Amino acid sequence: MVMKNNGIKIAVLSGKGGTGKTLISVNLASVAEKAVYIDCDVDEPNGHLFFKPKNVNSEKIAIKMPLVSEDLCNGCRKCVDFCKFNALAFIKNRPYVFEDVCHSCGACLLVCPEKALTEKEKIIGEIKNGISGNVTVNTGILKPGEESGVPIIKRLLENSKAGEDLLTIIDCPPGSNCVVMESIKDADYCVLAAEPTIFGVHNLNMVYELVKLFNKPYGVVLNKCLSGENPAEKFCIEKNIPILGRIMFENELGELNSDAKIASRESGKYKALFSSLLQSVVKEVRHEAAVNP
Amino acid sequence: MKIAVPVDDKRLESGICPSFGRTPYFLIFNTDTNEACFLDNSAAASQGGAGIKAAQAIVDAEVNTLLTPRCGENAEEVLSKAEVLIYKTISGTAQQNIDAYRAEQLLPLNEFHKGFHGHEK
Repeated sequence: MVMKNNGIKIAVLSGKGGTGKTLISVNLASVAEKAVYIDCDVDEPNGHLFFKPKNVNSEKIAIKMPLVSEDLCNGCRKCVDFCKFNALAFIKNRPYVFEDVCHSCGACLLVCPEKALTEKEKIIGEIKNGISGNVTVNTGILKPGEESGVPIIKRLLENSKAGEDLLTIIDCPPGSNCVVMESIKDADYCVLAAEPTIFGVHNLNMVYELVKLFNKPYGVVLNKCLSGENPAEKFCIEKNIPILGRIMFENELGELNSDAKIASRESGKYKALFSSLLQSVVKEVRHEAAVNP
Repeated sequence: MKIAVPVDDKRLESGICPSFGRTPYFLIFNTDTNEACFLDNSAAASQGGAGIKAAQAIVDAEVNTLLTPRCGENAEEVLSKAEVLIYKTISGTAQQNIDAYRAEQLLPLNEFHKGFHGHEK
């Protein structure tokens, strides 16, 4: 039976960097008939290094920052006292904005009785999209020094709605913080990449708790598997977490990866491995959709 | 003039709180009257921007000098704009630090750390 994978959104995440999120994401997208790949790891996106997309378009992403007009401000201090994020201070009768603390919520503009606050745009990064064979590649890039990649991720996922009838692979940032939550918010399924170490289990547990909190269906890919005991596998068995597939720790894959080549495009063996992984994930998603429509 | 010190307890013999932004109380000592009062630090419970809010409270209390073991960049910006001087505390109680400051034994604080962004250290 050929399973349709159209319109499914799969997020790939892990508690720490270097577990294989990008390896898995890039290859899952590559083995699909047609797919959209979204790199939400905006602090250091690297999926594009593998895809080497062509016809790249770029769009700057800006957030809004309050701007105080000293002519209009009467020093009533309402904005400073209202700000939930403590992003404003009131010194020598005028408000100061702390841009790295501001969440661009716009509340200060609303409470100002003198309309002394306006908004200016502040560029925090960009998104790029291009084509690599069967894959549309979308990359979010946060400017170094900027606080939060959330606005970039929001735009990336919004833009991807155009390709909603395609399989979408979301390559998440590492960890379990705001940017990860934003990245998995609309995902139909979460693939957790795990390393076979005690440290790896600790980090796996973090994302495991996150996807449970978000009520997302999930499964684990055991990466860098060696012979002998795998603490991550033990963890999955104990917690009854579905194991979607195993990727062995082998030179061939390491070399392809360090040459920025896409394993499933270079070797039949890896094409088979990742095709079967994609099938397992799609099957899980279909099962989930049937059980919890 | 007024001196502020982040303290763990509402006593002059209290130890110095290692955090400026998230200290439970500030001791405000008036050197003209030798009177001490304690300010609850409402910034302690803030999700973010605690240093800015705590510095604001210090500015609003018309403090001239802050004695603290450390201080973040944003708080420093608020305090310096308001011309509050910052000195580095030494070991001992709040009272001992006030005495040391008055005897000109404290040095200005000149290293300011970045925010912890919700990751408490």
